[in-house]
This record gives sequence, structure tokens and C-alpha cells, in this order.
Amino acid sequence: MDDKDPPSRRRMLECMGWAGAGVLWTVSGGLASSVSLDTALAAPKPGKGFSFLQVSDSHIGFNKDPNPDARVTFREAVAKIKAMPVKPAFILHTGDVSHLSRDAEFDDADQILSEAGLTAFHVPGEHDMLDEGGGVAFLKRYGKGTAGDGWFSFDHSGVHFVGLVNVKDLKAGGMGHLGEAQLAWLQQDLEDRSSSTPIVVFTHIPMWALYPEWGWGTDDSAQAMSLLRRFGSVTVLNGHIHQVIQKVEGNVAFHTARSTAFPQPAPGQGPAPGPMKVPAGQLRDVLGIRTVNLVRNGQPLAVIDTPLA
Amino acid sequence: MRHLLPALALAATLAAPAFAAPAPVTVKIANFTFAAPVVTVPAGTTVTWVNEDDIPHTVVADDKTMFKSKVLDTGDKFAFTFAKPGTYGYFCSIHPHMTGKIVVKAP
Repeated sequence: MDDKDPPSRRRMLECMGWAGAGVLWTVSGGLASSVSLDTALAAPKPGKGFSFLQVSDSHIGFNKDPNPDARVTFREAVAKIKAMPVKPAFILHTGDVSHLSRDAEFDDADQILSEAGLTAFHVPGEHDMLDEGGGVAFLKRYGKGTAGDGWFSFDHSGVHFVGLVNVKDLKAGGMGHLGEAQLAWLQQDLEDRSSSTPIVVFTHIPMWALYPEWGWGTDDSAQAMSLLRRFGSVTVLNGHIHQVIQKVEGNVAFHTARSTAFPQPAPGQGPAPGPMKVPAGQLRDVLGIRTVNLVRNGQPLAVIDTPLA
Repeated sequence: MRHLLPALALAATLAAPAFAAPAPVTVKIANFTFAAPVVTVPAGTTVTWVNEDDIPHTVVADDKTMFKSKVLDTGDKFAFTFAKPGTYGYFCSIHPHMTGKIVVKAP
């Protein structure tokens, strides 16, 4: 993207639609070469804006088909981050850091991610809640300074970032869940902010009913979105479904990110959302990281998804 | 000789048909579903869940207290004996859209 001539909102929406389609091709076997690593690495300087990076679903501890060691691909993702000519301001990890919430898995994940040399913020996935304490291990490690079960917010260069937890105390037959306490906190967190403040929400499970048959949604996301709707620019980043899907609703853009460990099928493709088996040579085409560039003149955030291959 | 009598008594207890437990039942977990979503058993039945998926799951009573497995990785099992008649809903706390029910009848 050219800083001097930012695309119109319509053009940006077209780009987003195209990027989504491109990634769907990737999932079905092809590769959207225009959104290659080369493109991302050659991206123009962020100018007055800044960029940050999202990684998701590292699933450290996963060791089955199609990925015999999720540490290897996570390390490759971190190597991509290290190679970026313009350093992102920080990293957001949108959950499922570990596969089974084991200390050794968190240790490995931390060790690998620290090689990027950047500050990292974490929200948990459901795979990070599997210890005896139901998330105590995650919170002890990443929850310093957070409220409730690990939700928090911070500001960077005029952008308000909100990390939400939608994987705690899930109920039979339900999907992701935020809960009354977190929604009350969110209301308080947002109420004094000007509607022109750009907002970035990051969480694990999608914040819209992407595919309820597989639990891909958050039961009470509508209540959270009603608190966010008055803001002029809202970007919602999540993981969980291990593929790029995007949706724009008014001023709100939703983006789900790839995993660094294994892909999952497109919604409803196949009997279940288990790990999608792909030939070893194609695994890295369907794993990846995401950079988000923010240009400081009220334009939408530019989201670039980069496969590991 | 002093130990023989209690041992005989125990053997007699185990052999008595009146005390035999109902046949155990297995519920497979595969493709993000409990393969038999509703299972009807007589009271006293031990139900064993086996995770055959390549993703971990759990087996947790709807009230989250009556029974609650640890995380079951591929091949792991969890067993619970249902002593009293009733209908017991359960789910996977990692993937809560996965639900099942054990209906326990009087023996």
C-alpha cells in the first residue's frame, strides 16, 4: 500500500474480499501468490503509522498428522518476524499457545516467541484452559496486570487495543462465551473514549456466528459488538479456526487468522473441524502469520496474511 | 488358616449373581461427536469414553460437578459408574457444541 495515496474504503473492502477469496484458494490447494512473503517483506515503510503482528494457534505440543512437531513451524513463523525489514511494534498471540496446557508446552512457546525480541500480549484459547485449575497456568504466566479471567486493554499510538477471553467456563451446547463480568468491564473500558478512537479487539474464538454447527462463534458477542458499534474503526482479530476468513459489517472488520501448527477445513467441509491433512510439501502454504499496518489518517487498517512457505 | 475364611467369603460375594454389575458400555469420541449421543443403561453401569479423535476432548457433566474427566488426548479413556436412575447430560468443555446424554434406568 502506498502511504501517500491511501485506498478508498470501498477499494479496501474489495481488497479484503479478494484476500479472503485468495486464502480460500489456498485452503483448497492453490496458493494466492500475490499475498506471498515477498510481498509482505517488500511492503513499504509504515511512515507515520505503525504495524503490529498477530500469531495464533501455535498449539505447541501438537505432533500428529499433518504436523509432527508444531514447535518447528512456530519457530519458522518467528524467523519470518525476525526477518521483517520494519519491526512490528509488538506481537498479539490470539490463543491456543499450547495444545494441552502443559508447563513444558508453554515453556517451549515462550522460548520460541522470545526469539522475535518483541513484546507479546496473549489471550487464551480453549487449549490453554486444560490444566487442573482451568486456566490458572495460563493466567499465572501471561495474566499479569489483567482483570477477571485475563482480559485487558492498552493504548498504542492512539489506538485502543482490547484483549478479550471467550474460552472460559464454556457451557453445554454453547459456543465461545464472554460472560456478564467481562461485558461490564468492557462497557466501562470503552465508555469514556471518543468514537474516533481506532479500536482493535483481539480474542480467540470468532466474534460472529461464523459456523455455529462447529461452535465457531461467541454466544454473547452481540452484546460486545453493541458496545463497539459507535466507534468509527473497529478491527476484530481472532484465531481458533486455523484459516483466513474476513467479514465487514459497517465500521467493524472481522479477521480470523491462520495457525502456525495445522490447518482446519472450511466451514462445513467434511464431518468435523479436526486437523486437515495436507501433503507435507503443502503444509507451510496453509500456515502463517499476519501483519497489520495502520496509517495515521483515519484509513482502515491494512491486514496482510503471510503463509510460512 | 486364619486368613482362609475371609478369602472364601470374598470369593462367594464376587460370584453371587445378585451382585453382578451390568455390562460395561463404551462411548467413542470421533469426528468431534459422541458417537452414541444418547445411551440408555441400567443403574450401576460403568460407561467408558474413548477419544479416537486426533484432537483432545473432555467429558464433563452439564452441572460440571457430578463427573469431569481430565483432558483426554488421542486414545485416552474416562470411566464413570452411574449408580442412580436419572438423565445425565454431559458435554466436551473444550468444544461445548459436543453434547451427549446417559439415561439411567432402575435395574
